[in-house]
Amino acid sequence: MSVIEQLHVGRPTSRVDGRLKVTGKAQYAAEYSTNGMLYGYIVSSTIAAGHISSMDLTAARRMPGVVEIFTHENRGKAAWLDRKWRDDVAPPGHPFRPLHSDRILFDGQPVALVVAETFEAARDAASLIAIAYEADPHCTELARKRNEAYVPPEKRSGIPPPPDPRGAAEQAYADAPVKISRDYRINPEHHNPMEMFGSTCVYEQGGKLTIYDKTQGSQNAQGYVTSVFGLSGDDVRVVNHYVGGAFGSGLRPQHQLFFAVMASLELERSVRVTMTRKQMFHIGYRPDNYQTVSLAADRDGRLQSIMHDAVAATSHYEDYQEAVVNWSGLMYHCDNVKLTYQLAKLNTATPCDMRAPGAAIGVTAMECALDELAYELGIDPLEMRRINFAQKDENTNKEFTSKALMECYRAGAAAFGWERRAQQPRAMRDGRQLVGWGVSTGIWDAFLQKAQASATLKQDGTLEVATAASDIGTGTWTILTQIGADAFGLPLEDVQARIGDSSLPMSPVEGGSWTAASNGSAVQAACDALKQSLFKLATKMANSPLADASFDDVALEGRRIFRKDDPARGLAISEIMHAAGLSELTEQGKVSPSLIQMMNYISYTHSAVFAEVQVDEDLGVVRVTRVVCAAAAGRILNPKTARSQILGGVVMGIGMALHEEGMTDHRLGKIMNANFAEYHIPAHADVEDIEVIFVDEQDDKVSPIGVKGLGEIGIVGTAAAVANAIFHATGKRVRDFPITIDKILTAPPLS
Amino acid sequence: MDQFASSRIPISLTVNGQRHQLAIEPWVTLLDLLRERLSLTGAKKGCDQGQCGACTVLIDGQRINSCLQLAVTRDGAEITTIEGLADDGQLHPLQASFIKHDAFQCGYCTPGQICSAAGLLAEGHTHSRAEIREHMSGNLCRCGAYTNIADAIEDVMQSRAAMKEAAE
Repeated sequence: MSVIEQLHVGRPTSRVDGRLKVTGKAQYAAEYSTNGMLYGYIVSSTIAAGHISSMDLTAARRMPGVVEIFTHENRGKAAWLDRKWRDDVAPPGHPFRPLHSDRILFDGQPVALVVAETFEAARDAASLIAIAYEADPHCTELARKRNEAYVPPEKRSGIPPPPDPRGAAEQAYADAPVKISRDYRINPEHHNPMEMFGSTCVYEQGGKLTIYDKTQGSQNAQGYVTSVFGLSGDDVRVVNHYVGGAFGSGLRPQHQLFFAVMASLELERSVRVTMTRKQMFHIGYRPDNYQTVSLAADRDGRLQSIMHDAVAATSHYEDYQEAVVNWSGLMYHCDNVKLTYQLAKLNTATPCDMRAPGAAIGVTAMECALDELAYELGIDPLEMRRINFAQKDENTNKEFTSKALMECYRAGAAAFGWERRAQQPRAMRDGRQLVGWGVSTGIWDAFLQKAQASATLKQDGTLEVATAASDIGTGTWTILTQIGADAFGLPLEDVQARIGDSSLPMSPVEGGSWTAASNGSAVQAACDALKQSLFKLATKMANSPLADASFDDVALEGRRIFRKDDPARGLAISEIMHAAGLSELTEQGKVSPSLIQMMNYISYTHSAVFAEVQVDEDLGVVRVTRVVCAAAAGRILNPKTARSQILGGVVMGIGMALHEEGMTDHRLGKIMNANFAEYHIPAHADVEDIEVIFVDEQDDKVSPIGVKGLGEIGIVGTAAAVANAIFHATGKRVRDFPITIDKILTAPPLS
Repeated sequence: MDQFASSRIPISLTVNGQRHQLAIEPWVTLLDLLRERLSLTGAKKGCDQGQCGACTVLIDGQRINSCLQLAVTRDGAEITTIEGLADDGQLHPLQASFIKHDAFQCGYCTPGQICSAAGLLAEGHTHSRAEIREHMSGNLCRCGAYTNIADAIEDVMQSRAAMKEAAE
């Protein structure tokens, strides 16, 4: 049973949630209200290590409207066992437990929750709490801990450690005629989604909870709440219909969720807790890191040795891990590779996955180093990448399910005008502006995760598809609607997607760029099963005009099933449902990765990023005037929202290149720029012209619907392309990100 | 809440054409008044300190960060929030243009962007894309929809200019 024409999938489609979002009617976690709701306000520690010696709550308790103040001395009941606090994506270690004891593990750690009748009363009372601390020595400076770095003893689930060395990287490096070895540093970054973390916990009769939470996984949050508070799954429902950005910060339950639920259970009232923007800097972040990349090549530019070492920050209580260096062993062909990755403990909160975790920093260093090597060789940087093209994943010895990267290079270069580039730095000028062009490769995993969905036909022939996925701005609402519509030949208005609710069919957290492939495939499978059931009902009807038809003989359109060879012979879906005495018909679908296929194949999304910068030679001001990102990402379900995903990744990459840096005063162990005025993210004025190209890439193995995912690929390679363009413009290499004005002005000029 | 009765100050606000007689504690911001007491959650709280623009509303036609306004200082003002921009279900041209150009992703900064753009167009000094970017820089978008937002605003700006030209 097919449809006559695929009208939606693959075509630019405006967001189905667009109208709600532009009219202010889309509701986010802190925007649900209920009678008698209380407001919680979090108090944060002001030291980085030590313990609380005393807390004076007298003045705060006197504030009119204050209902309760929770501290480590009167925290509500919560699980004792460490493992009960572990969520689906927790790294190895001891998860942070808010108000567990008087110990302080990091600056900004929540140490009290004030609950009051109004937001203002809670906030003002919070400011009246006086806390005395006994400080311990702390260290928040990665440079001082590099010599204590260690290989994490327990691997984080889902994160491959660096592959074993292959060949003889040191020897090959020593023997090669052309080589470079460079140190890179990428300063810590903070996700800073526009919506601050918030949870509204609605306390219902009998103690049931409906929790509106800012999260990338309603079921992960629900599992955390039931586990920590010992509640039944039937009594806890987590809803996240609209999520105001997250970029990884919403993968793990954040502590406002704990606070809202704890206060709600203790007080038997509904409670809302929101973080402040400053508090948003004291949750997980992209870890500070130092990297060394050593590359060697023969005189034709063929890589002879790749060595990439990274030391990244983690907390004292968890070993956060991401794949930083692995990419350097698989992006290019090379027989001699050595990759190492270590952690160092700092007195900070545990870092957390941030858009393209690992790749965003590791590929940046590798791609800058490759540019430096190309200049040592006198080879065009784009040609350098083509020369070293990898035909298979040499880390795992697996074939790629597809890799249209050469086409990305070609199409991106053509759109950018790369052939007009002069190789030598400082060769291009526009008045007082030095102009530079840089290139980078980008890569990210193309995952398929286990996911389930349901598809339900209503009596009137309209469709509902459901899965507990999240849409954090990614377009999930829209693509699932498109898939459902095309399965049944319906207009988009006749399909209702349901997501963002822990009570829906099983979904992984929304991360890793896997939602479109995984949840999309599950919805497709559910729709396919539903069509089979519908067809069976249709053929069983008395005097059915489809009685002698096979499944492949019929088509669906306009809420009807009919014979392809004689469209007049058919049945309305409503007739079939009526005859079967059904008000609705539901089928389930599920997907999981093929383990057999995974033995031989591996999937990645690829990109080629081209950037143009203008650098004011006198002032050191950099502007990114053009970016072209050509991506090979399998089948594109919705070119309109897909393009936006890439645009967003590129913008965040510009931030990594030029702006973003969490700054800590290491004497105090405190983040000093915890606000949008001093932690600069790209603004309108920083973003000029970005072009997105999707090259054709057919892949029948990566996922049942041929989709690879787009959430992260846009950021990977962008910072390197910008940095390489800055070198091309100025002749200066800045290897410490972000590349700010002071670094450009003080970097040594080209020798 | 009645512990605060003696602190409350009577004010009158017209919000999206509807007049409200309110008694408000002097420490309540306009943003919190809209969101928590008038159930107008379209204006967003992105920083609560005037740095992100998500709370932008129009006060007497001017775009203003509502998180930096104490409600009692705006007695008598006419306020338009994102909920009041559409005209009887008919989207404001900027709202339609934002959908057309996919000028948002998560949607959280969007009401502020649209209100700010409406204020910008009313200011009348912006004629180029570069000027749009400059004068919209008080509205942050972490999803990075900037190029599409500029497209959406430019589209409306140009069609208004064309209409004006035709009228002349």
